[in-house]
Amino acid sequence: MAVITYREALNQALAEEMERDPDVFLMGEEVGVYNGAYKVSKGLLEKFGDMRVVDTPITELGFAGLGVGAAMTGIRPVIEFMTWNFAILAFDQIFNSAAKMRSMSGGQFKMPITFRGPTGAALQLAAQHSQALESQVAHYPGVKVVVPGTPADAKGLLKAAIRDDDPVCVFEGEMLYNLKGEVPEDDDYIIPLGVADLKREGSDVSIITHGKMIHTALQAAAQMEKDGVSVEVLDLRSLRPLDTDAIMRTVAKTNRVVLVEEGWAFGGITATIAAMIQEEAFDMLDAPILRVTQADVPMPYAKAMEKAAKPSVELVIQKLNQVLYR
Amino acid sequence: MATKVYMEALSPTMEEGRLVTWLKAEGDEVKEGDVLAEVETDKATMELAARGSGVLRKRFINEGDTANVGVMIAIVAKADEDISALEGGGTSAPAPAAEAPKAEVPKAETAAPAAEAPKAEPAQAAAPAAAAAPAPAEAAQGEGGRVKASPLARRLAAEAGLQVGAVQGTGPGGRVIRRDIQDAVARGGQQAEAQASAPAQAAAQPAAAAVAPTTDARFREHPISQMRKAIARRLAQSIGPVPTFYLTVEVDMGEAMALRGRINERFAKEGIKTSPNDLVIKAVSMALRRHPFVNAAWTGDSIHLYEQVHIGVAVAIEEGLITPVIRDADRKGVGEISAEVKELAGRAREKKLKPEEFTGSTFSISNLGMFGIEEFTAIINPPEAAILAVGAIGPKVVVDDSGEMVVRQRMRMTLSCDHRVIDGATGAAFLQTLKQYLEEPMMMVA
Repeated sequence: MAVITYREALNQALAEEMERDPDVFLMGEEVGVYNGAYKVSKGLLEKFGDMRVVDTPITELGFAGLGVGAAMTGIRPVIEFMTWNFAILAFDQIFNSAAKMRSMSGGQFKMPITFRGPTGAALQLAAQHSQALESQVAHYPGVKVVVPGTPADAKGLLKAAIRDDDPVCVFEGEMLYNLKGEVPEDDDYIIPLGVADLKREGSDVSIITHGKMIHTALQAAAQMEKDGVSVEVLDLRSLRPLDTDAIMRTVAKTNRVVLVEEGWAFGGITATIAAMIQEEAFDMLDAPILRVTQADVPMPYAKAMEKAAKPSVELVIQKLNQVLYR
Repeated sequence: MATKVYMEALSPTMEEGRLVTWLKAEGDEVKEGDVLAEVETDKATMELAARGSGVLRKRFINEGDTANVGVMIAIVAKADEDISALEGGGTSAPAPAAEAPKAEVPKAETAAPAAEAPKAEPAQAAAPAAAAAPAPAEAAQGEGGRVKASPLARRLAAEAGLQVGAVQGTGPGGRVIRRDIQDAVARGGQQAEAQASAPAQAAAQPAAAAVAPTTDARFREHPISQMRKAIARRLAQSIGPVPTFYLTVEVDMGEAMALRGRINERFAKEGIKTSPNDLVIKAVSMALRRHPFVNAAWTGDSIHLYEQVHIGVAVAIEEGLITPVIRDADRKGVGEISAEVKELAGRAREKKLKPEEFTGSTFSISNLGMFGIEEFTAIINPPEAAILAVGAIGPKVVVDDSGEMVVRQRMRMTLSCDHRVIDGATGAAFLQTLKQYLEEPMMMVA
């Protein structure tokens, strides 16, 4: 298996799907001539031409809506947002049109559209550019939401997203684009939506998380191992649909849970999962469920404050110890 | 640091225990795991083991006294440790029934009232006891009698037949957590297999159901049809709460008795001496294999069809009746069954059975043949769906196949059936199989 970056894995997924299906096209700011703000679409304009790799003006609401209309005709748009922070402008199209069209038309329209772009805090980009918004999007029934954390997952999930007949939002980790990993070269390498992945097996406590945070979780797990604590790390990969079976399996195994997400606690993904666990697996719990999230503030610009506001390995370890009553 | 000794739930149904004998006197050295006392439960006399090491400083109840589960009955502590702060406090609500001197002193937090506390160095005294907060000696019992326990611990405790309040918590604020229950189970000799790995088998029981099946036998869940529900409801209105009917059959025990004779002759050297009842147990367990609805339990939500055959054998003891369980009887030889029944019955009479040895049967047999009773009806042992009453074997005149009157060794058996699970024909078919097995015991090995 080739070792490539997360960025290259996404590029491969796009190229392979455009190759396979002439109905797939890519649209967004700077995706063509500039090869994408994060170079994810590198070489695609050259290969597929400007009818299929379409540069747009800075009009998130506009080109997202155009994508929705295109999808209603049966073709398969991939809409790149320069970052999900800018997609807030297009949320009406995503929430009100894409998410609901199939239901409101009584199934007459499918919505084979993919929205994708980077999410989460990078380094000192300040409040408006450092948000993990997947919980907001996942709030709406009708959209699927995936958050790949490794190059292999990025490729497999993006390909699955493009082939899916419902709107799928792909949240790429802004800090993960340079992450390297083994990625299958198979054209039909697909990771089904809604299947979580056990990134690390353990027996004492479970961390349930997704996206960039799996790396924070894995680092915390590695440190805890030195203390003789066995930590399991479950990567959800897909938030909608959610692999509740995998969640309940790990809860049943370890009886103790720390939930980690990059976004805010209030109304977050971890809030939802904590509620589900107590509803479905109450008597599997030997300790309260604890959460690690971003501090309940807009992301600060100042370096030290930004660091303090973000979920950290130290914070995860602290919560792990707390949930283990150590 | 001091360890409070509580009256523990030593059997699944125990609510109070009578202290039969103190095996340690005040001032005796105690090691963790040492037996402190013998306690008589509703079923047996059990050993109460120490959960901490030190000196048995104080005994709060006397031999012969009774205390409710969860009540502090003694303190183990270092020889020079000041235990005055503990002496009144930390016990659960109900004070020992008899005349336990100290246990009724009100609350620990109100400190001082400890009647005869020496109060020597009060400052120092309070410190060690309180400061060591989250450690083992902390009782899980909180204010107002609420027990702090994790949901998992509660479930495991219920499965092990322990009262959460009687277990000392090691979690934050004295919360009882999984390891505490597991430790308690391991120490108390409770059903050791009822651990985390055991699935939610027992958890799913609706509280409303009349009886919650407690056996550890695996079962298949059999959904209850609307017709079955209607039958159950109507019959329960008629005779309740277990609508029972009775089926009687008479079997020819000639072959079985002959086989028994041969077994005893052949295995005399091995010390095997089977009784007719052992053959009945074997035949019943094999017949149950072929009639799953007789080896079953009504839960209210579904019918549990047990995949294992655990036979409860009623044994009369001085104080009443107890049913030691022959587990997986269908997979045991008659000799093995015989030895096991003898051993269990012997210990039952001495009241030395452990809880797991008299709980969890899936079907029961009561035999009054040795008293000359020819025929009787036995009462079902819930949640089991049936019980077999076995009468005496004796010579009777019967008409054989050729119309001749002949004398045969006959035995009458009556099956009491829970009609919510077993219909007349179901019970009859079971008895037919059982009769075949006993009349032609060779079928049991075919």
